[in-house]
Amino acid sequence: MKKKSFMEILTSNRFLQILLSILLGFLVGAIFLIIMGISVGDAYGKLVSSVTSVKGISYVIVYATAYIMTGLSVAFSFKTGVFNIGAEGQFVMGSMGAAVVGILFKDLPSAVLIPLCFLAAMIAGAVWGIIVGFLKTKWGINEVLAMIMFNWIAFYLSNFIAGIPAIHNDGSAEATKTISDNARTLLSPELRTKLDLAPTANWGILVGIAAMLIVWYIIEKTTLGYELKAVGANRFAAEYGGIGVNKSILTALAISGALAGLGGALQVMGMGGRISIFTGQEGYGFAGIVVALIGCSNPFGVLAAGLFYGALIYGGSKLTLVGAPTQLTSVIIGTVVFFIAISIIFERFKGGLRSRKNIALRKEMESLDKAKSPEENNKEEAVK
Amino acid sequence: MKKILALLMVLCLVLSMAACGDNKDGSKKIKVGMVTDVGGVNDKSFNQTSWEGLQALAKEDSSFEVKYLESKTDADYQTNINTFIDEKYDLIICVGYMLASATMEAAKANPNQKFAIIDDSTCADLPNVACLMFAQEQASYLVGLVAGSVTKSKTVGYVQGMVSDTMNLFGIGFISGVLAACPDATVLQFNANKFDDIAGGQTAAKNMITKGADVIYHAAGGTGIGVIQACDEEGIWAIGVDTDQASLAPDHVITSAMKRVDVASQDIAKAVKNGTFKAGIHTYDLSNSGVDLAPTRTHIPADVLTKVQQAMEDIKNGKLKVPTTVAECPQFTLK
Repeated sequence: MKKKSFMEILTSNRFLQILLSILLGFLVGAIFLIIMGISVGDAYGKLVSSVTSVKGISYVIVYATAYIMTGLSVAFSFKTGVFNIGAEGQFVMGSMGAAVVGILFKDLPSAVLIPLCFLAAMIAGAVWGIIVGFLKTKWGINEVLAMIMFNWIAFYLSNFIAGIPAIHNDGSAEATKTISDNARTLLSPELRTKLDLAPTANWGILVGIAAMLIVWYIIEKTTLGYELKAVGANRFAAEYGGIGVNKSILTALAISGALAGLGGALQVMGMGGRISIFTGQEGYGFAGIVVALIGCSNPFGVLAAGLFYGALIYGGSKLTLVGAPTQLTSVIIGTVVFFIAISIIFERFKGGLRSRKNIALRKEMESLDKAKSPEENNKEEAVK
Repeated sequence: MKKILALLMVLCLVLSMAACGDNKDGSKKIKVGMVTDVGGVNDKSFNQTSWEGLQALAKEDSSFEVKYLESKTDADYQTNINTFIDEKYDLIICVGYMLASATMEAAKANPNQKFAIIDDSTCADLPNVACLMFAQEQASYLVGLVAGSVTKSKTVGYVQGMVSDTMNLFGIGFISGVLAACPDATVLQFNANKFDDIAGGQTAAKNMITKGADVIYHAAGGTGIGVIQACDEEGIWAIGVDTDQASLAPDHVITSAMKRVDVASQDIAKAVKNGTFKAGIHTYDLSNSGVDLAPTRTHIPADVLTKVQQAMEDIKNGKLKVPTTVAECPQFTLK
């Protein structure tokens, strides 16, 4: 058997492509550091040392939980052929839903209140997804545009709700009240001090892992997942095959929205404790797009990518202590996304070359290409 | 495959090497950490001013080591404060009232850690938090006097970044100042509800200019940059806030209402060094130069400047009291 060349391995192995993209991301980051005259060792050393202690790891998990959830939300939508750029708005609605329940029903015991908060958040997120889905299926309104606008509607709605006297902070802070302790998912203070964990260490990640398994199960093992994937692969073929396309789109957006909404709940119940009146979008949903991309839209990949992203954000926040700008993490993440996007294009280019050898094969490739195109196009849009 | 593996190993090696090399000098330094609010360290406002103050302090006195951490979301405050606690900083300065509850929580959990918080008084009861408060209504009153004196159309504009008790002080002070100088003036008011919307600030200012405003004051952070740009384009006077914003439009920024966050940050850092750190409320107003008219005063007519300086004296010696509530200044209508 002929030994495969480096390039062939690279184009065939998605995991390697992503690893290489990450490596290149750090390399480009290093180049910027050198240009700015900052020690690469100091900056990356800080990045690594701050996420490798027990406390650091607990922080990374706390930060990653939200990114994993929005990543799952976007990944799920990718699989089903709609591009959920609205995860940002669904996340905001979810966190506000959980916060409102956590503030208004503050006396309920944890066993009731926590599931109630989760439910409120999932419903809020799902509704935000369904509205856009309805606009798309009923009147054919482009879901990307509608979602971007719905992100802003959620933004201002959240600010409005945070301003209602029953919800608004008692002190001077421009934020909601802090949610009831019964609604928090924090680990017990004894455990936190004993293990030297972050003060915001919480068990939200377990919900994230459960959600990941459920998403994987739905996509891979159920009829629903099969239908959604079929619609994602080729809407018309799916319809010809007897699948209700509109219903599938609505279901996909509802599940996707519920995932992002649950992410919002985990964020506010674990880490935040309250929601500030926003002066700018916090970007959890947009980060989800990056996480889904790095995680190849695979639920397990998303978990790993979410942890990676969380580590970069948490480690990156400490960069200013060694004199490097926090924007370094944006440079790294941007570069990683750039190279992943390039590798997708590169794959298609390779496909084109190979097909030239054989016209029959080329035709086959083209039809395959067409079948794949909605998903691929979405991925490319995500990069923009 | 091997090549990639080798590359990865090299990266691991480099990173693990880099992770070592810490702690360069052993001399005892006063470590001061500053946590920004979500505005970031380059907000051209109080985050930036206090950071510049600390940097200047570290430059003139090498026994200070100053660092900052930027917060991107509301949830980052606690993380950033705890980072400084873990790194054993002597003083943690939290910039802005949005950090109040995170500061309070951290201060209670770490009673031996010294904190200072800018623009908040809710932590005043804690034995380890110094609350640095500014009389923003006094500085706003002074620029209001300037605005009321130089307006020809008797119409001035005011753009606020958000409605809250702290922010309203800017508007109440300003409007009182305008009316003191020109009792029949109209003050057009707008709440941008955002601190980072340059385009929104421009639109708001242009609307006001259409309605006849010829001086516009803003207390709206980044949104205010748009206000100043619009004034610059239309050739009317703009009034800056927090820092001397004359550099943004040298021909059209007549003055700025300065809040000496830099002085306050330096003071509290020095107090930690000298062992005179005091918890509780520290008020910065005209009497201790905590608020002031910006040093750029070339555009202000001499008679107006005299009037303003007279008002400064009156406020300092208590003859004049600037309103602080909506009840005392019913013309303030933002909600």
